[in-house]
Amino acid sequence: MNLSSGYLGLSLKSPLVVGASPLTEKLDNIKIMEDSGAAAVVMHSLFEEQIIAEQLSLHDSTTAGTYSFAESLTYFPEIEEYRLPADEYLTLIQKAKHSVGIPIIASLNGDTVGGWCNYAKKMEEAGADAVELNIYSVPSMVDITAEAIENSYLEIVTAVKSNINIPIAVKLAPFFSNPANMAKKLSDAGVNGLVLFNRFYQPDIDLDTLEVHPHINFSSSSANKLAMRWIAILKDKINCDFAATGGIHTSGDVIKMILSGANIAMLCSELIKHGIGRINAIEKEMIEWMDGKGYESVNQMLGSMSQKKTPDPSRYERSQYVKTISGYKV
Amino acid sequence: MKEKQYVTIDGNEAAAYVAYRVNEVCAIYPITPSSNMGEWCDEWASKGIKNIWGNIPNVTEMQSEGGAAGAVHGSLQAGALTTTFTAAQGLLLKIPNMFKIAGELTPTVFNISARTLATHALSIFGDHSDVMSARTTGFSMFAAASVQEVMDFELIAQAATLESRIPVLMFFDGFRTSHEVSKIEVIDDETMHEMINDDLVAAHRRRALSPDHPVLRGTAQNPDVFFQNRETANQYYTAAPDIFEKIMNKFAGLTGRQYKAFQYFGPADAERIVILMASGCETAEETVEWMNNHGEKVGLLKVRLYRPFDVKRFMESLPSTVKSIAVLDRTKEPGAIGEPLYQDVINALHEGINSSFGSLSTMPVIVGGRYGLSSKEFTPAMIKAVFENLNNAKPKNHFTIGINDDLNHTSLDYDKYFSIESDKVVRAMFYGLGSDGTVGANKNSIKIIGDETNNFAQGYFVYDSKKAGAVTVSHLRFGPDPIRSIYLINNANFIASHQTVFLERYDLLRDLTEGGVFLLNTPYNKDDVWDSIPRTTQKRIIEKKAKVFCIDAQKVAEESGMGRRINTIMQVCFFAISGVLPREEAISAIKSTIKKTYTRKGEEMVQMNLNAVDNTLVNLFEVKVPGEVTATFDLSLPVPADSPDFVKSVIGEIIAGRGDDIPVSMFPHDGTWPTATAQYERRNIALEIPVWDESICIQCGKCPMVCPHASIRIKVFDEKYLNDAPPKFKTMNANDKEWSGMKYSIQVAPEDCTGCGVCVEVCPVKNKTNTALKSLNMAPQAPLRQQEAKNWEFFLSLPEMDRTNIKVTSIRQQQVQRPLFEFSGACAGCGETPYIKLVTQLFGDRAIIANATGCSSIYGANLPTTPFCTDDEGRGPAWNNSLFEDNAEFGMGYRLAIDKQYEIAIDLLNRNSHQIGEGLVSGLLSANQMSDAGVLEQRNRVVELKKVLSSMDTFEAKRLLTVADYLVRKSVWIIGGDGWAYDIGYGGLDHVIASGKNVNLLVLDTEVYSNTGGQMSKSTPIGGVAKFAMGGKPTRKKDLGMMAMAYGTVYVASVAFGSKDDHTLKAFLEAEAYDGPSIIIAYSHCIAHGIDMENPLRQQKMAVDSGQWLLYRYNPNLINEGKNPMTLDSKQPKLPVADYMNSETRFKILFSTKPELAKKYYEEAQITANQRYSYYKYLSERTF
Repeated sequence: MNLSSGYLGLSLKSPLVVGASPLTEKLDNIKIMEDSGAAAVVMHSLFEEQIIAEQLSLHDSTTAGTYSFAESLTYFPEIEEYRLPADEYLTLIQKAKHSVGIPIIASLNGDTVGGWCNYAKKMEEAGADAVELNIYSVPSMVDITAEAIENSYLEIVTAVKSNINIPIAVKLAPFFSNPANMAKKLSDAGVNGLVLFNRFYQPDIDLDTLEVHPHINFSSSSANKLAMRWIAILKDKINCDFAATGGIHTSGDVIKMILSGANIAMLCSELIKHGIGRINAIEKEMIEWMDGKGYESVNQMLGSMSQKKTPDPSRYERSQYVKTISGYKV
Repeated sequence: MKEKQYVTIDGNEAAAYVAYRVNEVCAIYPITPSSNMGEWCDEWASKGIKNIWGNIPNVTEMQSEGGAAGAVHGSLQAGALTTTFTAAQGLLLKIPNMFKIAGELTPTVFNISARTLATHALSIFGDHSDVMSARTTGFSMFAAASVQEVMDFELIAQAATLESRIPVLMFFDGFRTSHEVSKIEVIDDETMHEMINDDLVAAHRRRALSPDHPVLRGTAQNPDVFFQNRETANQYYTAAPDIFEKIMNKFAGLTGRQYKAFQYFGPADAERIVILMASGCETAEETVEWMNNHGEKVGLLKVRLYRPFDVKRFMESLPSTVKSIAVLDRTKEPGAIGEPLYQDVINALHEGINSSFGSLSTMPVIVGGRYGLSSKEFTPAMIKAVFENLNNAKPKNHFTIGINDDLNHTSLDYDKYFSIESDKVVRAMFYGLGSDGTVGANKNSIKIIGDETNNFAQGYFVYDSKKAGAVTVSHLRFGPDPIRSIYLINNANFIASHQTVFLERYDLLRDLTEGGVFLLNTPYNKDDVWDSIPRTTQKRIIEKKAKVFCIDAQKVAEESGMGRRINTIMQVCFFAISGVLPREEAISAIKSTIKKTYTRKGEEMVQMNLNAVDNTLVNLFEVKVPGEVTATFDLSLPVPADSPDFVKSVIGEIIAGRGDDIPVSMFPHDGTWPTATAQYERRNIALEIPVWDESICIQCGKCPMVCPHASIRIKVFDEKYLNDAPPKFKTMNANDKEWSGMKYSIQVAPEDCTGCGVCVEVCPVKNKTNTALKSLNMAPQAPLRQQEAKNWEFFLSLPEMDRTNIKVTSIRQQQVQRPLFEFSGACAGCGETPYIKLVTQLFGDRAIIANATGCSSIYGANLPTTPFCTDDEGRGPAWNNSLFEDNAEFGMGYRLAIDKQYEIAIDLLNRNSHQIGEGLVSGLLSANQMSDAGVLEQRNRVVELKKVLSSMDTFEAKRLLTVADYLVRKSVWIIGGDGWAYDIGYGGLDHVIASGKNVNLLVLDTEVYSNTGGQMSKSTPIGGVAKFAMGGKPTRKKDLGMMAMAYGTVYVASVAFGSKDDHTLKAFLEAEAYDGPSIIIAYSHCIAHGIDMENPLRQQKMAVDSGQWLLYRYNPNLINEGKNPMTLDSKQPKLPVADYMNSETRFKILFSTKPELAKKYYEEAQITANQRYSYYKYLSERTF
């Protein structure tokens, strides 16, 4: 069975890719991922806030109270060579590249143009095969227009793109007035792939302390339908690769994504919950299904059920949505 | 001669630079102002920098200076080239070993940044009282006058000690030289190699103790031989000056800098000369040159090699024309004929003339004078006055210069405004806050000018006596020639005020020269700024024809993403308008420095600063100065006009920056200083203050409990007192049933609050309709200032709650007790002061405090103001600081005296009971004083007793009157930090707790030497990064509590008020009630931990929740009841220790430098916490 796929110009042995998750924080896990059949690994995200906040926090906490009182002009020894956690991230990419043969995709997460964008270059220098740009914006100011937000996304892409020679993918949230238009603009800006869709940490209220805390639930398969729909819609309209993420747990989920048009499917929650070894099992089940259906390669399947290639394209659109709801009659 | 290489560094670094390279072992201990020398060595060693032989010196911190001296002695005896660094009391602690080291003719150099010895008061600043105390040790004494000389002399001293075998005490002036930043020529390793004779190093090693060629030293000798044996060393002392001279000549050959044991400067036919040592020589040389250029014939003799004192060389260095000599000593020896150098000079002249040394054949007139104690300014004006004194037929002897001695009439008059500063020198002064980065930016500017141009540069920085809201004044000079002006600037070309608030507080332009430039950071625009300047300053601007430039640095900082960091912006302004460098060149240099400085901290930091540079140039503007004064306000008074006389005439003058002008007669003679003076200094340093929402307050009492500065308080009182309340004064009904019907108020002292926000952090109540709000919420101070100041004044006028009506075992009631420790100079958010405040609330009216030197002695008694205060009866804590190392013993001395006087009183009561009255005596003898009510009753009995005694005309009645107050129970508190308790004072602490005496030891455990800038102590936890532990502390924290518990007779508690305040309260009550020694180890969060000081209680909680810090009480009284004395008050840890450690930079930073080591230490910290909890749990669960 030929499972090979391509994503961002990278040749992959299968469409099974490990998505950004805390699992990649340990080098040993990345090795296990390769051993378990992962075709590529997307590293956990390096956050814009993390990059900036770490710099400021380290500076502030080591200089607070200094040069105020003659006896205690400083409180910390002068350390000339700092290695910020962001630098550790780069080291991990280097180590991963030395340790495994599969492509390593670095992940950079932010929502404004700034110095943090330069980290993409550093990621490239560290050996990353591609960069996944996770533009994570929760606009809370009522005066900002959708256009302004979309433009800021494009500015970030342009800033990062101009700095690097490796391919770039953008991981998006589904919350655009017209995601298809946004996808097109990103593609026109030179993005090589779109990762659909990002799942946010959502705030939750602690009823004991009456404080708000970030919270995330593991995904379930039901969550992947949104990605499937939009990949299917965009597949033959936008000139870039697609990665499906969010709610990919079974071989069936992976197959559906490929049929809808995804070059790869990203596994996260499933591996955290049931172990990295699940990649092997999913691959085996995929092969069994493909065998059963007479498929010889993933390429045959790729996008074979995109919106354009289904007999009734409207099934991916609103009319079908109404019909689905009407099916739930009490 | 090689090409000259320059560096811009301070004196401490210059000393350490050479000492590190020509030694193999450094045994160190922190003490201001020498700590930095050890810190540099530790830093270089941890970075793997090698000495001239290619080895990394071993740098080891000891538990005290005494310990460091012992280690040095041992290391020298075992053959390593060894050095140490110290000052003041630290040097005194080394003296016993110094006699030994010299007696054994052991080569070493001790590096001393000379500092004032504590006498009537402590001073961290510079004079020669410490080094003069060591002049009998047998060490050679070698004085450097400038930063350049410090570097040079360090090498000369090392070479000389190896050859002469006489150890050298190399000294320079603390702060004035140790902390002056100066551009100097650096000595390269090759030159050092050429100066150090390896054969002599080998000889030192051959003399070392070794079992391979064993010898014995340290014999005990008897009257028959000791004397003769002691005389054998004379030849070495005789030879030493020649050796020094030979080495100084060799040094001159290599570097071009020629030094002499006695170096004369001036014309060969000078008639009047001054003789002095160290930094004063620089100013004296500058002045002598000026005077000779103005027609005088005066000279200067710099004493470099003070011991051994070579009379022949001394005589030969004096011009034959000398008629009168003034010898200036930077020390005071009360009761002596004169100060040491003065006496030596007279002796030398007497012996020298008799021996026909030199060209003088008759004794000139010689007078001696004191100058510069505790870094008192020493200026050309003063030197000129000293020369003028020599013009008198009978010059004043034993004079003082630089002060107004209207009591003993020793002082010489001088013209304060006399100046000899060259027009070629740019002189700039900068007023800043410690927190705004002014000093850092100025150090940076000095480096830019020093490194990028041919100019010489000098920087000296004057700091505040307070740690919160500290004001700094930077004095910078730049010029084409080496700068010898070793004094503060008093006619600046450029003055900058980096904060708008200084306008009201200081006469900023007093020191501006005519036509100078004034730079002001202000939120006002071009049109409004003039009217925001007070009348005095407007007048000075007009009179001095000053140019005024302004910038809204805060706005530029915020727009550039810099938050409140204005340092780069103000630095750019300085370069843009001062003309010290061509503008474009300067800006380019700043940008290059920004990249160099901040790249290691991240690109965002670089970019923000670069943005700030560009934005600054756009926003800087010049103000058109009107021809007349228009402001409707003037400088504020330093203290309220109705303050007591002493507060106005002394304390207020110090606050106003005019302390130098206060005459001698105004001061108390014995170091006594009034308490309760902090209340008069309204510092107004808070940007925001807490505002009370009484509608949701639950009256928990936590806010005053945690307030570090006693600036938020509670009162409960009768409603009738509210008749004259200001309209905005807030109250609510008291909730506690015991106080039913009374009113309850929480009030902030708006002008004393530091705005730390810890009270808001602890407030447990959330507004039900808006959870962003609590019962306390921070709001801008300025709009609230007047209103709340009135409310505070009214609040103070309300009566205090009767102490007998307060249930002290509950925080909510106990916190109504008046704190007798208020508005100290501690850091905003300080973790120590709440404990001290608690002591004063609970026991302050009968407390006597012994305070170890450290943060608590500084915020406890650093002038100008004193935070310990009194209650309405005039009672309050009595306080003293003896030393760093002896605090436990000092406090035990209190106890011995109190107990003795109590015994005398009891004895006299018993012997005179018939006349006094059996009932009264019986009451006095059997009083139970374990509660405030009991103490009050006893006080009333003592009042009655005194009445009776006053009517008795007997010797014993009069004697009893002197001790009657000791019949009221006294509470002895021995307070200090972990540096004292764990390290330098541990021996004494151990002895005191073993004594069984009723004393209470409070260890304010910040886990580092906080006051001297964060050096490692034995309390530092494993993995903690501190100075002297750059690579993280490799060993676990000493368990002081466990060691104390081993006695079985000591009350021991470990507390953390931010985790469990009622536990802290319980421990303090039990400790004080225990009739024996008690020790409370108190977790004290600290700015040196690298934490968010607005939320420090979170750190305390995490420390306890992770098991890193345990809460427990060990009460020996329970043993008598057949119970287990140990109560573990910590719950099973639920938080990984790593989570706590990651929340503090002191631990987390190790991941940035040595990640593998950090991981190891984190794991060991968890294991330690687990083991410790299990063991304490076992102890608490044992059947007893």
